[in-house]
Amino acid sequence: MLLSLLIFTPLLFALLVALAPEKWIRPMSFVLSALHFLLSCTLFYRFDPAKASLQLVERASWVPTFGISYFVGIDGISFWLVILSAFLTPLVVLGSWTAINQKVRSFHICLFLLLSAMVGTFLAMDAILFYVFFEASLIPMYFMIGVWGGPRRLYATMKFFIYTMAGSLFMLVAIIALIFMTQEQLGTMSASILDFYKLEIPFVAGSFLNTQTLLFFAFAVAFAIKVPMFPFHTWLPDAHVEAPTPGSVILAAVMLKMGTYGFMRFVLPIFPMASESWAWLFMLLGVIGIIYGALVAMVQPDIKKLVAYSSVSHMGYVMLGLFALNIYGATGGLYQMLNHGVSTGALFLLVGMIYERTHTRKISDYGGLAKAAPMFAIAFVIVTFSSIAVPLTNGFVGEFLILAGSFQANKTFAAFAVSGVVLGAVYMLWAVKRVFFGPESEMVKEHGHDDGLELGAREMFVLAPLVVLIFWMGVFPSDFLNWSKASLDNLIENRSHYELNVEE
Amino acid sequence: MNHALLVLTLLIAPVLGFLFNGLRFRSSDGYTAGAIATGAAAISFICSLILYKDLLAMPEESRVIAVRFFEWIAVGDLKVPFGFIVDQISVVMILIITGVGSLIHLFSVGYMSHDERPSKYFAYLNLFLFNMLVLVLGDNLLITFVGWEGVGLCSYLLIGFWFTDDAKAAAGMKAFVTNRIGDAGFLIGIFILFFTFGSVNYADLVSLIPKVAELGWAGPVTLATLFLFIGATGKSAQIPLYVWLPDAMAGPTPVSALIHAATMVTAGVYLFVRISGILVLAPHTMEVIAWTGAATALVAASIGITQWDIKKILAYSTVSQLGYMFLALGVGAFSAAQFHLMTHAFFKALMFLGSGSVIHAMHEEQDIRKMGGLRKYMPITHITFVFGWLAIIGVPPFAGFFSKDEILWQAYSSPHGSKALWLIGAMTAAMTAFYMTRLMALTFWGKSRFGHDVHPHESPPTMAIPLIVLGVLSICGGWLGIPHVLGEVLPGHPGNLFEHWLEPVIAKVQGGHANELVEWSLMGISVGLAGLSAWFAYDNYILHPERPPAVAKGLGRIYTAVYNKYYVDEFYAEWIIDPLVEGSKALWLYIDVNFIDKMTYWAGDLVEGAASLAKTIQNGKTQSYAMYMAVGVVVIVTIALL
Repeated sequence: MLLSLLIFTPLLFALLVALAPEKWIRPMSFVLSALHFLLSCTLFYRFDPAKASLQLVERASWVPTFGISYFVGIDGISFWLVILSAFLTPLVVLGSWTAINQKVRSFHICLFLLLSAMVGTFLAMDAILFYVFFEASLIPMYFMIGVWGGPRRLYATMKFFIYTMAGSLFMLVAIIALIFMTQEQLGTMSASILDFYKLEIPFVAGSFLNTQTLLFFAFAVAFAIKVPMFPFHTWLPDAHVEAPTPGSVILAAVMLKMGTYGFMRFVLPIFPMASESWAWLFMLLGVIGIIYGALVAMVQPDIKKLVAYSSVSHMGYVMLGLFALNIYGATGGLYQMLNHGVSTGALFLLVGMIYERTHTRKISDYGGLAKAAPMFAIAFVIVTFSSIAVPLTNGFVGEFLILAGSFQANKTFAAFAVSGVVLGAVYMLWAVKRVFFGPESEMVKEHGHDDGLELGAREMFVLAPLVVLIFWMGVFPSDFLNWSKASLDNLIENRSHYELNVEE
Repeated sequence: MNHALLVLTLLIAPVLGFLFNGLRFRSSDGYTAGAIATGAAAISFICSLILYKDLLAMPEESRVIAVRFFEWIAVGDLKVPFGFIVDQISVVMILIITGVGSLIHLFSVGYMSHDERPSKYFAYLNLFLFNMLVLVLGDNLLITFVGWEGVGLCSYLLIGFWFTDDAKAAAGMKAFVTNRIGDAGFLIGIFILFFTFGSVNYADLVSLIPKVAELGWAGPVTLATLFLFIGATGKSAQIPLYVWLPDAMAGPTPVSALIHAATMVTAGVYLFVRISGILVLAPHTMEVIAWTGAATALVAASIGITQWDIKKILAYSTVSQLGYMFLALGVGAFSAAQFHLMTHAFFKALMFLGSGSVIHAMHEEQDIRKMGGLRKYMPITHITFVFGWLAIIGVPPFAGFFSKDEILWQAYSSPHGSKALWLIGAMTAAMTAFYMTRLMALTFWGKSRFGHDVHPHESPPTMAIPLIVLGVLSICGGWLGIPHVLGEVLPGHPGNLFEHWLEPVIAKVQGGHANELVEWSLMGISVGLAGLSAWFAYDNYILHPERPPAVAKGLGRIYTAVYNKYYVDEFYAEWIIDPLVEGSKALWLYIDVNFIDKMTYWAGDLVEGAASLAKTIQNGKTQSYAMYMAVGVVVIVTIALL
């Protein structure tokens, strides 16, 4: 029951919010989302990290003709992503307390619908169910950007929607193909991902036109757009710049992970041979993403766009790690997903907080902010250190493991990827220097008197858990990785004949 | 006392100091902040002394205290514990770090008393101490790397401490980024060692690596040590990454003394002493290190001759002295390298603090052309500075003499050394004597050249005491490592205690040809050269002050080039930084916005074009276009399945 509760209680919450009196909406949403997070924390007691199997499974027939069922379960790969989604939602509610002041009710309904879809995506073990949640998550985000976004919100949200939609249609086709193959090979039609793992999909090395490679690319394109991986990334800066702060946070912290999660859940284990023979391409694109994202981030005049391009760079690391196809890369990749959720989520929150006060995101308008808003500066600098992977912050553990994994897989790629360590420091610290250091700019002087730019208590309360996580994850990574270790080992060691046992 | 608890206390004391001062960073109460921070440093120093005493009590061959707290990263075969070792090498380091560190904390109490944010300053200083201790105590490469990056971070924060000044903030960033280039190399070095030998632990690596020297350039040990050396060129300011250190002088002067002279910048030297057993297996790396060190020593010393800013002169001097240490490492004189690291920590910290005292007295003036005659006004600063001066130019029996002489002798006599390396070393020694005497002459001696509105005064006791202690160490510090030839003629025949202490844990390079006559003559030559060149500087700057400007004029372009630091910064700016920024702008505007993004539209146009051909299915809705694309994929997949 637990997993279904996690997926569907947000729908109930959405209904409650729809009926609630106007002034209750925000506090109610906060309490409800916090309850949902607490509910997700019961996973710590119910989930057994020692087992690599799929746990807390629930199954119900849905469209028996095509073998489609309501099938949910959790393993070490989805574990933290579910908790991350649940953890960030209350923070986002609190973080948008004053930023969202139109159509407050609809906004919170959207947020709960989104939560449901995100958790559903990570828990679904039926491919069609996964597809439904994967697509369903687009709708609330489409409205979030389109309704509460910036001046070019309609352009950005359409681009975001069509781009992702077009990608996932490839995936749908591939899913259908796989369902037909289950009938052929296993006797009955099944959309269960576990049955997909059992398929022997014809593969011809060195050729493009063979079933495994084509299906592999159909999935890979869908997920690569979502990640987004270079060169499918151009929707991201537009979407982020136009999205309201909570939209950006959810988009960056959770929705991008649906792509990388898809690689871990579908692409690597279902198409082991194609993954192996095309790993070089994805590592290459990952490395290009790291460097390209960092270089382009460096010259952005808009701080939010800078953070958006930094996401391209960071997600490049994740892809590089996953396609290193070894335990270091996979572990680092998964960890980096969480890190990116925490630190980029925090960066977008911070950017939103200052934008609320100054109504500008142009880096050149800032300067000397550290003097006017020291707490804000401290928070931003700590998150910066996490983002540029300083040891004892979370970022280092992920980045180090990814680079180590890629070094084992391909030394040339690793050598280029390491330059991201330098470039990351360049674009973040240069931004920090221009925004926070130097003499106070006119704009900062104008807004900065009487602590006008300093963080308030609510905002510090929002940021505090993220800062704690940055150090906790950096100093005690085992507290987190132990929950995923068995599943990651299974994914890497048994990739060619991947199986996932089911614990009913 | 329990060793785990002792090491924990050693490490945690500065963290607690950091938290205490960090949480009240707005406070302007410098004395409380200073007392807490200095207290924390002193506690660490006491712990270090106890650890040293305990090591002494152990049998010579097995002097090691190993402590493991918890597993930090454990993935696959990579097991990285938060593990620390106190042995002969690291105990020397922690004594220097916490000892000199405590003195500099104490000095800072006076120096920062008028600052707006003393708590923040002391918080950073304590945080630095913690990271530096982690760096030298770590029992594996990754923990060392934690401290390595951590000290870089603190350096960044402290260089840019007065961040409202754009130039200072820029200097901090330059330091961090330049160091990061080195750190990227360090990471690759770690990867090579880990994936070749399966461990990052120092003790494991020494036992796992085959004890045969690699002959080629591409062997794993050679490559790994070369990459680690790239890391060292960043942190320890060697060619080509030394450029950040002179700019780092933007930070408060005690920071320059602690971080940018005595401790952090010597991390690279420490690293190679720590892995000396590995380094000796890579003769090519040693050659690279020796020549890089020698070149850095010479180049930095030549720049030092022309500078006017008292801190810049000391900064280039530091780069140059670090070059000596790398020269020593490169010729296999590991004990001499760490010995010079120690004596340098004493006399250079002393001189930086002395310069701080001067700057404080001169109301933030750093140009030595506007000083002169300060001897009268600041007797303690002057006399202690004299000790530092005599130590660095290598006058016996001051500390620098012993360590520098040992390095020069090894550069000459070691199988990895050569006459050329010795010659560069000796020339650098002569230049050092020149620019340091020039600094003394222009700052403390001769006539005063400052205005009547400046009233220099001696510094308060909190600043004077550290100067005196370091002054004494600059005299006696060298007596721990008296060379054999000298020991034999001295009463009581003192041996080289320092070398003897390190012997069990460092690699020994065999086959040096000991010739007492040569050693005596080389010693005589280097001391003589230093003496002559010091006299020459005195003659020029005190007795005939009209000469140097004329000489500078006579040298014309050469002088200008040296004065402008050989235009290295300008070269980097024009050929690396500008192209990178401009190239990235082009990448963004032309590739990202006008090409990759446009391709999305082309894909759309393509569908639209196809649709207008087949008008029956054209309806102008984008969703339909996407559907058509999907249909196409279905067709392709079906064909493939058949």
